[in-house]
Amino acid sequence: MSRDDTQVLVESPGSTTALPLLAFQGLQSTLCKGCGHNSITSALIDACKSVGLDPYYTIKMSGIGCSSKTPAYFLQYSHGFNTLHGRMPSVATGALVANQRLTCIGISGDGDTANIGMGQFKHACRRNVQVVYLIEDNGCYGLTKGQFSATADLHSHLRRETGEENTMPPFDLCLEAIAAGATYVARSFAGDRKQLLPLLKAALRHKGTAVLDIISPCVTFNDFASSTKSWEWAKNHEEPLQEIGFVRRLPEIEVEQQAGKTTRVQLHDGEWITLRALSHEEHDVTNKAGAMRFLVESQERGEFLTGLMYIDTKRPDFVDMQGMCETPLALLEESDLRPGPEVLQDIMAHV
Amino acid sequence: MSSVLSAFKPSALSAGGGSGHTSVNDLAIRVGTVNGSGSQSANLVLLRALKGMGIPCSGKNVFPSNIEGLPTWFHIRASERGYVGHRLDTPVLVCMNEPTAADDVRLLLPGSVCFYRSDFKEDLRHVRDDVTFFAVPFADLAEEAFPAVAGDKAYRDKLRKVVNMVYVGVVATACGIEMDEVREAIRREFPGRKAKAADINIRAAEAGAAWADVNIPANFPYRVARLDATREQILIEGNKAAALGVLFGGASVLTWYPITPSSSLAEYAETFLKEHRTRPDGKRTFSVIQAEDELAAVGMAVGAGWAGARAITATSGPGISLMTEFVGLAYFAEIPVTIVDVQRMGPSTGLPTRTNQGDIVKLHMLGHGDCRHIVLIPGSVAECFSFTAEALDLAAQFQTPVFVATDLDLGMNLWLSDPFAYPDKPLTHGKVLNADDLERLGQFERYRDVDGDGVCYRTLPGTEHPIAAYFTRGTGHNERSGYSERPEDWKRNLDRLARKLQTARTKLPAPVIELTSGAKVGLIAFGSSHPSIVEARDVLREQGVATGYCRIRALPAAAEVAEFVAEHERVYVVEQNRDGQVCSLLRSQLEGTLDDRLISVTHYNGTPISAENIVKPILDWEKNFSEHTTLTNGNGQPAETSKAGVSSE
Repeated sequence: MSRDDTQVLVESPGSTTALPLLAFQGLQSTLCKGCGHNSITSALIDACKSVGLDPYYTIKMSGIGCSSKTPAYFLQYSHGFNTLHGRMPSVATGALVANQRLTCIGISGDGDTANIGMGQFKHACRRNVQVVYLIEDNGCYGLTKGQFSATADLHSHLRRETGEENTMPPFDLCLEAIAAGATYVARSFAGDRKQLLPLLKAALRHKGTAVLDIISPCVTFNDFASSTKSWEWAKNHEEPLQEIGFVRRLPEIEVEQQAGKTTRVQLHDGEWITLRALSHEEHDVTNKAGAMRFLVESQERGEFLTGLMYIDTKRPDFVDMQGMCETPLALLEESDLRPGPEVLQDIMAHV
Repeated sequence: MSSVLSAFKPSALSAGGGSGHTSVNDLAIRVGTVNGSGSQSANLVLLRALKGMGIPCSGKNVFPSNIEGLPTWFHIRASERGYVGHRLDTPVLVCMNEPTAADDVRLLLPGSVCFYRSDFKEDLRHVRDDVTFFAVPFADLAEEAFPAVAGDKAYRDKLRKVVNMVYVGVVATACGIEMDEVREAIRREFPGRKAKAADINIRAAEAGAAWADVNIPANFPYRVARLDATREQILIEGNKAAALGVLFGGASVLTWYPITPSSSLAEYAETFLKEHRTRPDGKRTFSVIQAEDELAAVGMAVGAGWAGARAITATSGPGISLMTEFVGLAYFAEIPVTIVDVQRMGPSTGLPTRTNQGDIVKLHMLGHGDCRHIVLIPGSVAECFSFTAEALDLAAQFQTPVFVATDLDLGMNLWLSDPFAYPDKPLTHGKVLNADDLERLGQFERYRDVDGDGVCYRTLPGTEHPIAAYFTRGTGHNERSGYSERPEDWKRNLDRLARKLQTARTKLPAPVIELTSGAKVGLIAFGSSHPSIVEARDVLREQGVATGYCRIRALPAAAEVAEFVAEHERVYVVEQNRDGQVCSLLRSQLEGTLDDRLISVTHYNGTPISAENIVKPILDWEKNFSEHTTLTNGNGQPAETSKAGVSSE
């Protein structure tokens, strides 16, 4: 690795710090060459740098599977936790409650989320836990050699063109996320860096559960021509819904110029997402029922639509609803944690 | 069911004065009612009145898994000798529920007394001729005390509850429980805005008392009289005590999923935390999360413990099963988390409202692969309090899951106790390095045993230093927490985890050992068996069997337990599970031939263990040792009895 002295300015709680680039990098990936997950990792590193994410206050959480190995490959200044299969959401929830200053990037796969982890996934969405929840979705179990996952398309084939046919319809994880209460829901493609980057940046600044279902081809077990999760198929069929921008501050003049053409959504801390419709102009990202209907219909048409599906910037996130003191629970001292002897005495007098 | 222990001898009650002797302050009452009929209040009133009279007492609710309509029993015991364990031979029976009444009567010892509703279809007098019966017009007395109010649609329902307070008055008057104490207990049961209900219930109790004054002979044989043994004491259930342990142990994250019999622990804890850990500005120094299942509950607690909070969750056996994978992860990745298991009867859904000690060894070894955990085993409500608080410290100190194993009997029943002592040690956060430490040290390896005690240093997320971060994983790792499949890394790590447990072993609550000079017989027990062991030892001594007693309070068992075994010829290990789990565990750990000295005594029918459940099997064994010494098989075991031990019926 070449040495790079470039400094990245990050926003820590209460201050701005300069950190070296390597703070954002990680170990060499041990995934297969050409794996979609590596493209996502690369985009994620750029997104983190771009928004000035502080690695010291970031946690990388994952479940089990190929996807869940990736937290080792970025943000080496951040604590990471490779938890249990399908159970990352609960661990992330606990960690965020313990320290609400942390930003959580959760990395999961389609098996980890749609199969074993559906319950915890949906409950995290329901609580609106502030996690950037990335699903590296390749429609199969890579680490156990290519079995179907619950996002594998109906009639898709196992491992090769002539492989066993999948007779079960897939879960649409964007639809599940919206139904469950997630407040930022997008679909993207590992090969569409131009779209993925702003979606990741906006997700990192979103308050609440941000779910990104990212189609990420498995080059070893699910990359044959007819596979709807292959590089070739995805490249040829991806229909980006919008041209997406993420901007810190929108100059007033630009607002005027784009009025009428571009939809804008303001995030919690004042940043903006700009959306210029490329297709399906009628799609309103703030309309929950509309977004669900849109997803169901596009699934019926067999489309591979990517972009921001739904956003709600109003709903409070789970940690805010806990009503906790400003000091993270993890840092409280005995004087905060243990009431005095007089309290015990009083309780003893009245039980 | 014959009694080998009762201090009282049942005596026939004759209306005309007569010959029977009267027992004083050795009272046991069994009340059969229907779930959801409000009988709990009535029973608590009797219990509080006994406590108010300064008599050691206990109350046990033997209830069904049901909200309304199924039979339930409440056992009340008052004992001058301080015996508060479960008692099988209750001489006073109150039958409020006809479907179970006849069966309840059949269980009585000759000479017992039965109060029953005069409006039962079947006259219970036909069931037994060696029991004294009183048909009490409960319904009429209740209606007199609480006449119908025109337009009150809920009247019948209220009346159904008021009826129970009538038997309080009847039993109190018959047994000499002072009515002033009854009135005070009723006021306590219906405080503040419920004052009107208190008045109605007091009138109902007084109606019962007035009836008893006329209809119960003055020589009623089972009576109590004022003592001065409970003046400073509190009456509290173990779950509430453990909830106070959550509060004073400085827990900051409590996660849970509803399951009998642990739900009330979490609910009490939430109430205490809200009341005492909310700042004047309304901000909380805690978080309570009701999770979607026990998997998520423990997952959240593990996540919180990893990030530096003092995290705790409470559950029961089936929940423990679901937590298993996370516990294995937390053991291996070394994450502090405290788990309270209020044990109930299994396997499967089992008897969810009945008590058992069937999870003990499972807790000790929970997980996949080589797992060993710290298990604290409270034997009293005071220990439910102190051990729960201590578990939070031990988890932080040893960066590992720590279990607190109570059970339904301890957790959901009311027990007398001295007021709890305020913790005498400051909170421990364990070996946590901050940014300044890291700057000074210049290096950090998460799983390096720097101090040689098996306990490594950790950092928390949010530590502003380039070397603070590490990757926590359940996969094989080296000292730097890097992924490793190297055999030497794996083995070194597992060996260090074993060393860590050895370090912890000396810091756990020590066994409480009472040696009796010349005693050849030792008893080992733990948890809620303790009160019945105390009683059983007295009875055994009266029967000529002197015993030493070792109460285990934590696993891994301390070295003193082996020493205790070595000091006795035979050691009965008493526990409330079928297979003698702790006995097996000890056998596997004792050196030489000491394991041959252990004999398992088990109780597992869902009821709390009684002294009789302990004394009977031990006397049966002892008969073998005294009468057939030549028949032993060379291991000190009687040839004709299986080494697997004996169980009580």
